[in-house]
Amino acid sequence: MRQLLAFLLKNYFFFLFLMLEIIAFILIANHTFYQGARMFNTANQLTGNVYQTYNNIFDYFYLKDNNRMLAEENARLRNMNELSFVKFTKSEINVNDTFYRQQYTFVEAKIISNSTGKRNNYLMLNKGFNQGVRNNMAVVSSNGIVGIVNGVSSNFSSIMSLLHSETKISAKLKKNNATGSVSWEGGSYKTGLLADIPSHILIKTGDTVITSGFSLDFPEGIVIGTVATTKLNPGDNFYQIKINFSTDFNKLDNVYVVKNLFKEEQLKLKEIQHE
Amino acid sequence: MNNLLLRNILRFILLVFLQVLVFDNFHFNGYINPYIYVLFILLLPFETPPWLLLVSAFFIGFSIDLFSDTMGIHTAASVFMAFCRPGILRIVSSPKDYEVGITPGIKDLGINWFLNYTVFLVFLHHLAYFYLEVFSFHEFFYTFFRIILSTIFTSLFIIIGQYLFYVKK
Repeated sequence: MRQLLAFLLKNYFFFLFLMLEIIAFILIANHTFYQGARMFNTANQLTGNVYQTYNNIFDYFYLKDNNRMLAEENARLRNMNELSFVKFTKSEINVNDTFYRQQYTFVEAKIISNSTGKRNNYLMLNKGFNQGVRNNMAVVSSNGIVGIVNGVSSNFSSIMSLLHSETKISAKLKKNNATGSVSWEGGSYKTGLLADIPSHILIKTGDTVITSGFSLDFPEGIVIGTVATTKLNPGDNFYQIKINFSTDFNKLDNVYVVKNLFKEEQLKLKEIQHE
Repeated sequence: MNNLLLRNILRFILLVFLQVLVFDNFHFNGYINPYIYVLFILLLPFETPPWLLLVSAFFIGFSIDLFSDTMGIHTAASVFMAFCRPGILRIVSSPKDYEVGITPGIKDLGINWFLNYTVFLVFLHHLAYFYLEVFSFHEFFYTFFRIILSTIFTSLFIIIGQYLFYVKK
């Protein structure tokens, strides 16, 4: 026993190193494999406050760009407004009942920290649990999709960006509804991969890729990007497609968190499917 | 002694904020991420007890982790780097003995020594950090390329910083 103690004391540098590394690896494991079960919510609040202060200062530099983007979005929404359409026919029936029910609501939020240079990128938003943000909600910008909520504290939330090795988004081609999945393989934050499109589908550069609506979190039809290059190796059943993301991740500022009002109902149904 | 302690604590806080608010926003096409906070570990005095070396490396890595949502990765890399520091000090030949009162910097030991010391340790830190971040050898050479480029840039920033703040003629 004494010898063991003496041995430990003599090599304490190495054993301390080992112990600290083990703690670090436990932290990594907890963070990587149990997304959502976050241990450091208070820390999240603290770091959130630091980033918020930083952002309050640096926001002014980007006001011009943001104004332009919001104005463009306003214009687009105005185009969709009923008032900007002329009615040519009088035989229209107004159905004044619960024919349409709202499925998605949008919470406006601001990005207070962002990265694009790492292999796994995260963003932080200034809205959290108190504002109705929950885990796994989708996040979209005015130009396209952004990511998925993976951690919530009371006033801030952390987003797993589309630029993350674990993110996979169910997608389809707008023109013929062929479905695949979009992911990111590192490198430039402007391009990603579209996989699982079978070889018999006709595909061209410039085709629009949108969300499929098969996931419970992303509404259908949100733009992801456009096809940049396609490759079909001889003998392969699936294309290798590179896409240009429509979202400029480096310039993101205002985003929307999407809440699916029917999610619980859909989840219940899914449980029945699996039974 | 107290003065030394205070200076290291101040350096700790300053480097964490500098890293999180300035250098984390520095990226070039996904290749280069300078992590200049390792300067804290580089500049700890020679007479620092080994356990304190490891523990302070643990805490600075942990602080960076809290801010950059990479729980544990910076911690593991920094502790690894601190563990390697005594060994590297033995390998890198020095013009003077590592005595009490001599600080690891350009001012006392010259640019040649400091460059070797910095590049070695920064490379080891980045090696651990980037492979843990990717968590596979799947993109081995791509990651290695990133490590080399980031090592060059981190070292460059650290040396420029040394000339700005420490070397006074």
